[in-house]
Amino acid sequence: MRYTLAVLVENKPGVLARVAGLFARRGYNIDSLAVGVTDNPEISRMTIVVRGDEKVIEQVIKQLNKLVDVIKISMLSEKESVERSLALFKVSADSKTRPTIMQIVDIFRAKIIDVGSKSLIIEITGDEDKINAMERLLRSYGILEVCRTGKIAMNRGLKSVSYEK
Amino acid sequence: MNMPDIMTGAEAVVESLRREGIEIVFGYPGGAVLPLYDVLYESDIRHILVRHEQGAAHAADGYARATGKVGVCIATSGPGATNLVTGIATAYMDSVPIVALTGQVPRVLIGNDAFQEADICGITMPITKHNYLVKDEQELPRIMKEAFYIASTGRPGPVLIDLPKDVQTEEIEFDYPKEIVMRGYKPKVKGNEQQIKRAALTILESERPVIYAGGGVIISNASEELRMLAEKIMAPVTASLMGTGAFPDEHPLSLGMLGMHGTRYANYAIQQSDLIIAIGTRFDDRATGKVDAFAPEAKIIHIDVDPAEIGKNVRVDIPIVGDCKQVLQSLLKYIDRACNSEVWLRKVEEWKKEYPLTYTYSESVIKPQYVVEEIYRACKDAIIVTEVGQNQMWARQFFRYKDPRTFISSGGLGTMGYGFPASIGAKLGRPDKVVFDIAGDGSFLMNSQELATAVSNDVPVIVAILNNGYLGMVRQWQELFFCRRYSHTCLEGSVDFVKLAESYGALGLRAERPSEVRGVIEEALRANMPTVIDFICDPEENVMPMVPAGAAINEFVEVRNKSENKLLVGAVA
Ligand SMILES: Cc1ncc(C[n+]2csc(CCOP(=O)(O)OP(=O)(O)O)c2C)c(N)n1
Ligand SMILES: [Mg+2]
Repeated sequence: MRYTLAVLVENKPGVLARVAGLFARRGYNIDSLAVGVTDNPEISRMTIVVRGDEKVIEQVIKQLNKLVDVIKISMLSEKESVERSLALFKVSADSKTRPTIMQIVDIFRAKIIDVGSKSLIIEITGDEDKINAMERLLRSYGILEVCRTGKIAMNRGLKSVSYEK
Repeated sequence: MNMPDIMTGAEAVVESLRREGIEIVFGYPGGAVLPLYDVLYESDIRHILVRHEQGAAHAADGYARATGKVGVCIATSGPGATNLVTGIATAYMDSVPIVALTGQVPRVLIGNDAFQEADICGITMPITKHNYLVKDEQELPRIMKEAFYIASTGRPGPVLIDLPKDVQTEEIEFDYPKEIVMRGYKPKVKGNEQQIKRAALTILESERPVIYAGGGVIISNASEELRMLAEKIMAPVTASLMGTGAFPDEHPLSLGMLGMHGTRYANYAIQQSDLIIAIGTRFDDRATGKVDAFAPEAKIIHIDVDPAEIGKNVRVDIPIVGDCKQVLQSLLKYIDRACNSEVWLRKVEEWKKEYPLTYTYSESVIKPQYVVEEIYRACKDAIIVTEVGQNQMWARQFFRYKDPRTFISSGGLGTMGYGFPASIGAKLGRPDKVVFDIAGDGSFLMNSQELATAVSNDVPVIVAILNNGYLGMVRQWQELFFCRRYSHTCLEGSVDFVKLAESYGALGLRAERPSEVRGVIEEALRANMPTVIDFICDPEENVMPMVPAGAAINEFVEVRNKSENKLLVGAVA
């Protein structure tokens, strides 16, 4: 099973190392991790995707909670949250293939953010399935480079992951 | 208006130590802590100069375990700091509150592989409860305050503060915080009342209860509550190695230690119990044996201050997160009678009679167990510190502990070389107590340089070396599981411990025959100075009973005939 955790942490140097180190030494599997500051500049939010059974995820949460710099952890359910990640694809494109590639970009509501004489850079945001689907389609044109972010996620509706004193 | 004091970073560190009530620190100077040492020079805080930084960490740890206060150690950057690492890891595994102060290269040089630079925060991240690299000298008072708070509250543990040299010389406005605001650190001390009620009901329904106490009982000073609970519900009490002293060995309800070298009756009781009440313990594999086969018929109530320990190793039916003492106090309110444990207690009593802890006394050669018994006879309320190996197990098995904080041993990490420096720390913390380090000939050599510390600071600890000429515990495993192939475990002819002691100005004594044992112990007690006693012991004595690693705790190794050493039961670890 994969679980998505929203983790509020102190926005301090070394915190990422503490979290990553914890996962490494306890043998937990991270699928992806994304960090960014929140509306409170002292607090960052990590979105961590962990793989494991229920017992593992319980330990992950408890062990993370023991880190002094970890403020709050919430588990996000797939149904009640939205998730996004972003990817950049550099694909080879000549005058012959360019139109079809641009069609694919349109269909996926992606964007072309750089045009070279022999290549394009495509920016796409979406959930993992969408990005994977696009990658599969682009493969036949020749993907030169891929850069993907970790996933970020948020609860739907009013329910929010925030720190109240 | 309150004018804040202006002082240097180093002065702020020492002033913070004073505000925390620290009377003694253990350390070793060097370039990166020169400013700090300059302040210590005129301070009223007593500094004990160890002879190796590992000794400083262990001494601070021994001091902390013996007194319940926070121990403090200091080392310089680079090699000084890395020498602390084993001591910090030892304290971490046994939840001991220590604060380690390390020097660091000046801020501008950090990350440049400067002379004597080591990333000690990175290195100690997995073995500290928390650590700090002080980047802004103004933050020093807050960091010092937090460090002591984190080290000593909740589940205690080591905290390290890395102090760049220039942070120590900058001037700051010193204003020691009165309160602590840490949104990410809020230990839970009060147990959930509903869960406690449920636990009480379950306890009263049980007929074969066993209380399994751990080091957490000692840490939270809950021995009295533990005794009240045991007597009220009439349940036998076993304890992990770390729980030694939480419950008096001589108490009729005591089962002694459980686990790999536990008593048979403790292990049998666990395996047949219908309710385990685990208090301040983490179900370590040395205590539980094969987890899947642990207490198969029992429900488990687990009380611990660290939520992450609950459900980590064994399934738990009733978890209670909170400080042991507070939880037990609440629990006791709901208990108004004993369990129906009479039949059970009779059975336990039979096991105790049938399978006592024993050894075969010899007139000709000193049995190590006999030495421990004689130490007990001579000094029943001593603090016993141990090294690691067979000596540690015999020290547990054959001394009768009655009070918490009188048995001090590296349980979680099993650090050879821990005992002697820890005994120095313990003696400095409890000068009113006689302190023995029950040692192995291998372990003692790992920190014997601290004899200089003991002598120059006049710390009269007694090292009782159970000298078997072997890395005995490893040899025992080789005997039992590796066909007696004693690969590199023989220490024969290594050291004359008497001369070693004498060369440091300590007293060196030796006993070679059982008849001499009592005499040398008495002589050591009379001398009241740092003393090493070399007890020449039976080289191939084994620690029994024994459950092999990976087996259920009622599957004991059976040695049919000592000379053949045939194994009847036993999985190879
Ligand atoms: C620092 C360290 N190194 C190695 C070990 C592995 N080890 C465990 S017990 C032991 C033998 C200890 O020998 P000694 O101190 O003579 O004690 P004995 O078992 O003979 O009483 C060893 C090597 C350890 N626990 N710690
Ligand atoms: Mg030995």
